[in-house]
Amino acid sequence: MNIMKKFVLACGMMILPAMVPAQAANPAPAPAAAEAKQVAAPVAGAPTAAPAAENAAATPAAAASMDGSLPGYTPMKPDYENSVGMPKDRGVDFQEQFSANGHYAKWINNAILLPLITVISLFVLALLLWVVVRYRRAANPNPSKTTHNTFIEIVWTLVPVLILLGIAYPSLTLVARQFKPAPKEAVTVKVTGYQWYWGYTYPDHGGFEVVSNMLQEQSAVKAGERFRTDNDGPKLLAVDNRMVVPAGVPIRIQTTASDVIHSFAVPALWFKLDSVPGRLNEKAVTIEKPGVYFGQCSELCGARHAYMPIVVEALPPEKFAAWVKAKGGQMPGEKAAEAAPAATAAPAAAPAATATATAPAAAPAPAAK
Amino acid sequence: MTTIAANPADHHDHAHDADHKPGFFARWFMSTNHKDIGTLYLIFAITAGIIGGIISGMMRLELAEPGIQYLSGWASIMAGKEASLDEAYHMWNVLITAHGLIMVFFMVMPAIIGGFGNWFVPLMIGAPDMAFPRMNNISFWLTAVAFIMLLGSTFVPGGTGLGAGTGWTVYAPLSTSGSVGPAVDMAIFSLHLAGAASILGAVNFITTIFNMRAPGMTIHKMPLFVWSVLVTAFLLLLALPVLAAAITMLLVDRNFGGAFFDAAAGGDPILYQHLFWFFGHPEVYIMILPGFGIVSQIVATFSRKPVFGYLGMAYAMVAIGVVGFVVWAHHMFTIGMSVEMKMYFTAATMVIAVPTGIKIFSWIATMWGGSLSFKTPMVWALGFIFMFTVGGVTGVVLANGGVDDNLHDTYYVVAHFHYVLSLGAVFALFAGFYYWFGKMSGRMLNEFLGHLHFWVFFVGVNLLFFPMHFLGQQGMPRRYPDYPDAFAHWNEIASLGYAIMGVGVLIFFINVFWSLMAGRKAEGNYWGEGATTLEWTLSSPPPFHQFETLPVIK
Ligand SMILES: [Cu+2]
Repeated sequence: MNIMKKFVLACGMMILPAMVPAQAANPAPAPAAAEAKQVAAPVAGAPTAAPAAENAAATPAAAASMDGSLPGYTPMKPDYENSVGMPKDRGVDFQEQFSANGHYAKWINNAILLPLITVISLFVLALLLWVVVRYRRAANPNPSKTTHNTFIEIVWTLVPVLILLGIAYPSLTLVARQFKPAPKEAVTVKVTGYQWYWGYTYPDHGGFEVVSNMLQEQSAVKAGERFRTDNDGPKLLAVDNRMVVPAGVPIRIQTTASDVIHSFAVPALWFKLDSVPGRLNEKAVTIEKPGVYFGQCSELCGARHAYMPIVVEALPPEKFAAWVKAKGGQMPGEKAAEAAPAATAAPAAAPAATATATAPAAAPAPAAK
Repeated sequence: MTTIAANPADHHDHAHDADHKPGFFARWFMSTNHKDIGTLYLIFAITAGIIGGIISGMMRLELAEPGIQYLSGWASIMAGKEASLDEAYHMWNVLITAHGLIMVFFMVMPAIIGGFGNWFVPLMIGAPDMAFPRMNNISFWLTAVAFIMLLGSTFVPGGTGLGAGTGWTVYAPLSTSGSVGPAVDMAIFSLHLAGAASILGAVNFITTIFNMRAPGMTIHKMPLFVWSVLVTAFLLLLALPVLAAAITMLLVDRNFGGAFFDAAAGGDPILYQHLFWFFGHPEVYIMILPGFGIVSQIVATFSRKPVFGYLGMAYAMVAIGVVGFVVWAHHMFTIGMSVEMKMYFTAATMVIAVPTGIKIFSWIATMWGGSLSFKTPMVWALGFIFMFTVGGVTGVVLANGGVDDNLHDTYYVVAHFHYVLSLGAVFALFAGFYYWFGKMSGRMLNEFLGHLHFWVFFVGVNLLFFPMHFLGQQGMPRRYPDYPDAFAHWNEIASLGYAIMGVGVLIFFINVFWSLMAGRKAEGNYWGEGATTLEWTLSSPPPFHQFETLPVIK
């Protein structure tokens, strides 16, 4: 192992001199990230507000509540007892599902696919054990010379075909259902992946953007800054500002990205859709029950890929309306009587409520090291 | 199936000039002998496998419990200074990238095609050597330089930290605008070299197999291992140029102002994924098909019975190869494709289960009625059949685009492809190694240590990879250095499995070194009457130049 290490080092030495002049010494992480962002900036397929985290950093974060609550809105405590929307300790099965397609998909796996593949594997194992015992040299010293049996060959070709046809029907039905477009009245949320946080824009509600950063542990933040509590969610899954949506109402989730590809995934909703720069992907989901549903970025997106969780909070429609209001947006049809549209441009200029909404984003955001 | 008419006595004239070997440097650095090049490939693959295996050990160590324990330290060692947290996270991405690329391009492929293919394709078809011996040499050295390039890339800047942290898939735009610095360029160039080496190798194998078969060995009499290498060579020839094109486009985007994959300039990041997986899916068959071939030889040998349904077996591989080219987008089910596309790729992918099933059942039918002896290679082959079945059936689950929505990019996928590769391809590699080691080295491996290696390794890898199905179903994404506490239990077990597997590998190396020094001398055909292919008509090791008088197949 030591020799190997030397070998590796030696190889590196041979190549390094050629490459070093081309590149300044190790860029410090912060500039590197900034640099990458600069390069990526023009890519931004979906024009969003100026990078919210940076802007918000300028505004005083002090206004932020330490628990993410707003006037008329308090973040819902996740259901730990039943592991709703989150992985279960030592869990082996899929997470409990909270959408119709999720139930169907989980049923396809647990009632059709899983039993089938278990039986097939055990069948192969049984056959192997049988030949091992029955045809071991001691039990069968003279091998047969059989090398063909057309009938059995046809059988083991056709039977799998029939099994696969049997799977194909529910499987393709599931795909068809997943692609059913959202109805006109569905609530639209545009999800934008950034390195390394999420932005949730509500175009039907005034177009404000919620910037969602992972909450750090108390030990990792400066005094007075917001940190994760159990009310926010499990470690590495909790965020400062959740994607709040109404429960029981069709939601149209659109995904895009501003830098590299990310993937918006919520296991309890059987939902995963890549957010790709320059594309706007769309998929509908109806969340059956109010609750907090956690997910994580599911496409490698750079250093902090593991640190941009997703939290969807489904609220009863009237509570959702209250949240929208607290964010400075308005429900569709409502007169945009009050003030300017929400936080699209400069959060500093926006109404107080909006500032509260966006500002905390900055605190535990990428800046926190 | 092949039966040998040639009498070993026909080759008596080998003794004198056939064994004239060049000096050390000329023999090993300017080699044109297929057996020597095969040996070089095997040594190279084992070296790369050790490095790739150590990297996976580092990953399992970090993942053994929640939190970041080791990454910061390793990143600091690499950088020669206190590394930031982001650099530590970047180091993780470098590890997963290096592990993937090393195991695919520098372990499995060189071992199974470069190593066993070079050694045994000419022997099995009764040819004196490969068709283009010098090109064969170039293939090897290009692979070696490619590997050094890849290792070197981990010492130069790659964006947030040192090394290429793009994943082995090198997706744009993370690999273009997302990773500044020369590391990704070096990694891409390494792939170019490895790809060129493989294309040259493929040309060599196709020419050899088509033109240099001994008199009487028709294409339908070739041993199945030769068939498997032939199909694999065609896959390489058709798939690798597409990879070369894709990564060249990456280089253009990165260095010459190109915008193939830059959405802001009219390019499309998804285009890269289509190109990559058009190569990448056949690539998984490139890694496993020769394994199918090896297992077929071994099962027949130790059942003392010809392979059941020879033609079905051969054409099942051809079918897998052909269908393997039209299923690639099942790796991309979540990109936001159209409903028609998702349905097509779901259905097409499931079709592959049919020829794969034919292979599994034919192996069992070969043993059925046979007279089985459980020498080490056979035990590995049996392990392969079962483990590959387990990996295969989870592939059927993942083939369902709608179900895959939840499993995509989770540990379920990691479990699936490690079952078909780590427990599939690698089991086949070990089976082949135990089967042919005596032929290659002239010394027999120790049977007891071989069995012990199998059982320890078998327990280890199952403990390592089976819990990953649970993690995946629970939603743990892959390529994560840290995870919520709920995933801790199965991760701990997986890391324990790694340690057990490591002990197994240690037993393997002890066996190899012990056998090389003190192993029993191998006879020409040490497996007895079940071993009917041409390599068993030769001495162990075979003469430096074999078949100067071509054998005749009846
Ligand atoms: Cu991401």
